[in-house]
Amino acid sequence: MEGWDPNTKSTLTQIPLLTTKAGPRDGAAWTTRLKEEYKALIAYTQMNKSNDNDWFRISAANSEGTRWTGKCWYVHNLLKYEFDLQFDIPVTYPSTAPELELPQLDGKTQKMYRGGKICLTVHFKPLWAKNSPRFGIAHALCLGLAPWLAAEVPILVDSGMIKHKDDATSTSES
Amino acid sequence: MEAELKEMLNDLDSLKQSLPDPSNHASIHKLQSRVEHLTKLAKSAPVRRTKVQDMSAEVVDSNPYSRLMALQRMGIVENYERIRDFSVAIVGIGGVGSVAAEMLTRCGIGRLLLYDYDKVELANMNRLFFRPEQVGMTKTDAASQTLSDINPDVVLESFTLNITTVQGFETFMSSLRNKSFCPNKEGSGVDLVLSCVDNYEARMAVNQACNELNQTWMESGVSEDAVSGHIQLLIPGETACFACAPPLVVASGVDERTLKREGVCAASLPTTMGVVAGLLVQNTLKFLLQFGHVSPYLGYNSLKDFFPTMEMRPNPQCSNAACLERQKECLLAKPAKDAAIRAKMEAEALLVPEGPLHDDNEWNISVVDDEELERTDATSSDALPEGLTRELPPADEFQKFSAAEPTTTTFDDIEELRKQLDALNA
Repeated sequence: MEGWDPNTKSTLTQIPLLTTKAGPRDGAAWTTRLKEEYKALIAYTQMNKSNDNDWFRISAANSEGTRWTGKCWYVHNLLKYEFDLQFDIPVTYPSTAPELELPQLDGKTQKMYRGGKICLTVHFKPLWAKNSPRFGIAHALCLGLAPWLAAEVPILVDSGMIKHKDDATSTSES
Repeated sequence: MEAELKEMLNDLDSLKQSLPDPSNHASIHKLQSRVEHLTKLAKSAPVRRTKVQDMSAEVVDSNPYSRLMALQRMGIVENYERIRDFSVAIVGIGGVGSVAAEMLTRCGIGRLLLYDYDKVELANMNRLFFRPEQVGMTKTDAASQTLSDINPDVVLESFTLNITTVQGFETFMSSLRNKSFCPNKEGSGVDLVLSCVDNYEARMAVNQACNELNQTWMESGVSEDAVSGHIQLLIPGETACFACAPPLVVASGVDERTLKREGVCAASLPTTMGVVAGLLVQNTLKFLLQFGHVSPYLGYNSLKDFFPTMEMRPNPQCSNAACLERQKECLLAKPAKDAAIRAKMEAEALLVPEGPLHDDNEWNISVVDDEELERTDATSSDALPEGLTRELPPADEFQKFSAAEPTTTTFDDIEELRKQLDALNA
């Protein structure tokens, strides 16, 4: 965890760790895991709200809890940039991390695989592997997506690849 | 079209003869030669070959299998035609997988199952197999198109899906189980699975499926700097599975560079990928047709032309439950297997005429069997010599810890939890 800012570190320590090693094909054990995922997500969302650092919405898109959809946003130069967020829980979860997707940014940055999967290889995958199965979705958002947005959104905005929604509507109207 | 052109030539000929002025003959002659050229082109237009009932060893230009059947005559393969009974599944139709598929198709493999969810892109053109006009097609469709043209005898089944998703994985598993091609076969419906994928998640998914199905598979990979690669044979329970040895990243804690995948612009070379595909299919042919030595692991370092080989035993603390089950089965079956091997060796020894190898043995040199020594070594790997203690707890300590801890039941209804999160999301 060297090289991480103290803020992220202290946030991370407050997200409850998970204990059940179970994937979507493990029946009752997966339900137990899913409960732990919810508890960690609830705790993390509450923490963000109380620290005035709310930055995502996520909820299960199916009853099995294998597909998740929502939104995430990042504030750059006092403007809020919001993106759709989606991912599947892989069959080999939690040995392998979920592949977080921002489909609206597909093709706009090199730090992304096909289909809008953000690149987590260097900054996040090793951490996930070392902490499996104690990390869950909340940890993936905190350590995977948040730093990615912080690194990529400013570059995408400055290079003109993405525009703020107010700018976009005003230019299209004129 | 050929008939049409021939008529045109005839017409030109009669026109030439009917014209009294010889000054036009030159231009008519020019026209004639152009039509002749077109006729030649039309003759070489693609013709699809028809299916072949039996593989023949007859040496004629029109026999697609004569050179392969010659392997029997040369004493390399006992029965080459058996290849038509085999099914091979190839997961990932990229730089390695597509070339491996073409090689197996040209070898006349019985059935190929192809899995990929990607489309052909112009960025793939530095590799073999796919052609620029196939850009935009799914890799499975493009591959089936080319492969069925090359050899219509091969039964092709293609699956455009992502095996790491729950649904894709189920389809993957049931397609491997399907025995309609060879109903009498033992075990699953395929003889070998080849993993030619470019990322850790997909390899772990193939590993999971093969461990559960007790399916032998081969893994392949090319490094992201395109100058080295490897192939590995994985027999569930018998050799290390892909989860048995954690990737370098986790084990050493060094910066992760090893398992990055293409897309975020990894380098690739048609040469390295071709070499690795060649090594993979060569090992596949040796495994299926039972000739030579099947390599358990073969590395390829192109910078130094170094080809390391090694064997990896399964990890008794592997994190994959299915792997541990296969290991148990393997241990139970081991005495019978060893006895069979010994019986075979004895039978072979009987064929060799008995008698001293050397007439005199002035220095009393004798060969000692070291098998017994090795075995005691392997079984007592957990025990330490007297006086030594382990510095770190064993790797499965975490499991014990979590089992001992009583599960707290504050919110234990999943609907309740979902509502709570939705309330926060509102």
